[in-house]
Amino acid sequence: MNARPVNGVAPLLGLVLAGGRSTRMRTDKAALRYGGRSQLERAMELISPHVQRAYVSVRADQTEDPLRARFAQIHDDRENVGPIAGLLAAQTHHPQAAWLVLACDLPLLDAATLSYLVRSRAADRAATAYRSSHDGLPEPLCAIWEPRSAAPLAAYVARGRQCPRRFLLEADTQLIDEPNPRALDNVNTPEEYRSVTSDLLPESTSDPKHITVQYYALLREQAGRREEAVVTRARTAAELYAQLAQRYPFSLTPEVLRVAINAEFREWTAPLTDGDAVVFIPPVAGG
Amino acid sequence: MPSFQFTAAPIAAEQLRVALADPACGGYAAFEGWVRDSNDGQRVRGLEYEAFEALGLREGERIIAEAIERFGVAHAVCAHRVGSLAVGELAVWVGVSAAHRDEAFRACRYIIDEVKHRLPIWKKEHYLNGDSGWVNCERCAAHAEEASVHQHVHDPV
Repeated sequence: MNARPVNGVAPLLGLVLAGGRSTRMRTDKAALRYGGRSQLERAMELISPHVQRAYVSVRADQTEDPLRARFAQIHDDRENVGPIAGLLAAQTHHPQAAWLVLACDLPLLDAATLSYLVRSRAADRAATAYRSSHDGLPEPLCAIWEPRSAAPLAAYVARGRQCPRRFLLEADTQLIDEPNPRALDNVNTPEEYRSVTSDLLPESTSDPKHITVQYYALLREQAGRREEAVVTRARTAAELYAQLAQRYPFSLTPEVLRVAINAEFREWTAPLTDGDAVVFIPPVAGG
Repeated sequence: MPSFQFTAAPIAAEQLRVALADPACGGYAAFEGWVRDSNDGQRVRGLEYEAFEALGLREGERIIAEAIERFGVAHAVCAHRVGSLAVGELAVWVGVSAAHRDEAFRACRYIIDEVKHRLPIWKKEHYLNGDSGWVNCERCAAHAEEASVHQHVHDPV
C-alpha cells in the first residue's frame, strides 16, 4: 500500500472505531446486528470502496475478539481519551495519510452519505465533516481527517482535552450539510437500539394501547403531573419511556430507573398490554 | 396487623413493639431511623417521603417474609413514614422478636438494609439554605448531564 501524497493530496485510509466500552448499551456495540449483519461488518463494507485500506480501531485487549480479528487492526495506545485515541494511533502509524473515520454505531448511515462526504473532501483543510442536523456542530466520527490535523490534535489531547467535536469547531474544518438528516443518528442505549430497529422494520407498527402512567418524585416534578392516560404504539416500557422523554425534560436515563407494570417490577423489554399501569421508578431512598 | 405499613401519621412504635411479644421469644431487636439535621455537608431543615404504595406494600411484605424465612425469627414488623417530617422525627421503625438475640439482630439489620435499597420510596430533603433535592436522584441527573456534554455525539466507540 502506498500511503504517500499524490499531487499534494494525501491518500485516504479508512478507520472504523470499535474500541468503545459500550457502557450505556451494556453489550458490545460493534456486534449489534441490523439487517442480519453486525454493525462492524456493515461499517467496514461501507467504508472499503472509498479507501486504499480499511482498519478497525481496537483497544489492546480486543485484538483477539473474533469479530475484530477478521480485519486489519490499529490498536489504541492511550487510555481514557475516548474516540480520539483511535485516531491518534492511526495518525501515528501513517502520518502521511488522511483518515476517513467512521464510528461503528451509525446504523442509519447510508452509502450516499459516505460518498457525498468523500466527494466534498477539502484536502487543503484540517478536516471535512458533516454539520449535525440536530445541533449544527461538527460530526467528528463520520469525517475525513487530513494529515495536517495530526499535530494540533495531539497537542489538544496533551492539554487534557478530548472532545473531538470541539476540536473540529476550533480547527480549520470544512463543514457540509447532511443529505439525509438522520443518517448520523447514533445508538448508545438499548432503548435507542430498539427504537431504530423498530423504525427499520415495517411490522413494528403495533396497535395503539391505552396506558396509565404514574409519576413519582423527581419524575413527577419534571412531568408536572402525577398521572396521565396515554395512547401509544410503544411495544415495551423502554419504548414508552423514550417517547415520554421527548415530551418532558427528564434528567434520569433508563439505566438508573426501574419499571413497574401493574404494581410489579418488570423488565424494560416486557411487552405492554392495553390497560396497563406503568410507573418508572427513580433511584430510591428509604430509611 | 400487616407486617409492613406506610403511615402519614407519626409511627406508634410502642404499639408495634407490644404486638411482637411472644412467650416463645427471648430476644427482641428494633431499629429506628430518625431525620438527621445534615446530609452530604448540607444542613437539613426537614424532608418529605413519597412512596409508590401499591408496589411498596408488596415489596415491604416480601422483605419481611424473606427475613423471617432466612433467619428463622418469630415475628417481624416494619413501618415507614410518608409525607413531611421535621428533624428528629421517626422515619422508619423495624422490630423483630425471636427465640434468641442473634437472629433478632441479624433479621432487623437485613430488613432495614433491604428497605433502603428496594422499597419504592423517595426522599426530598429541604436544606436550611432554601435548596431542596431528591436524594440519590439529583446526582444521577447531574452525572448524566455531564456525560452528555462529553459524549454528545458518541460513546467512546
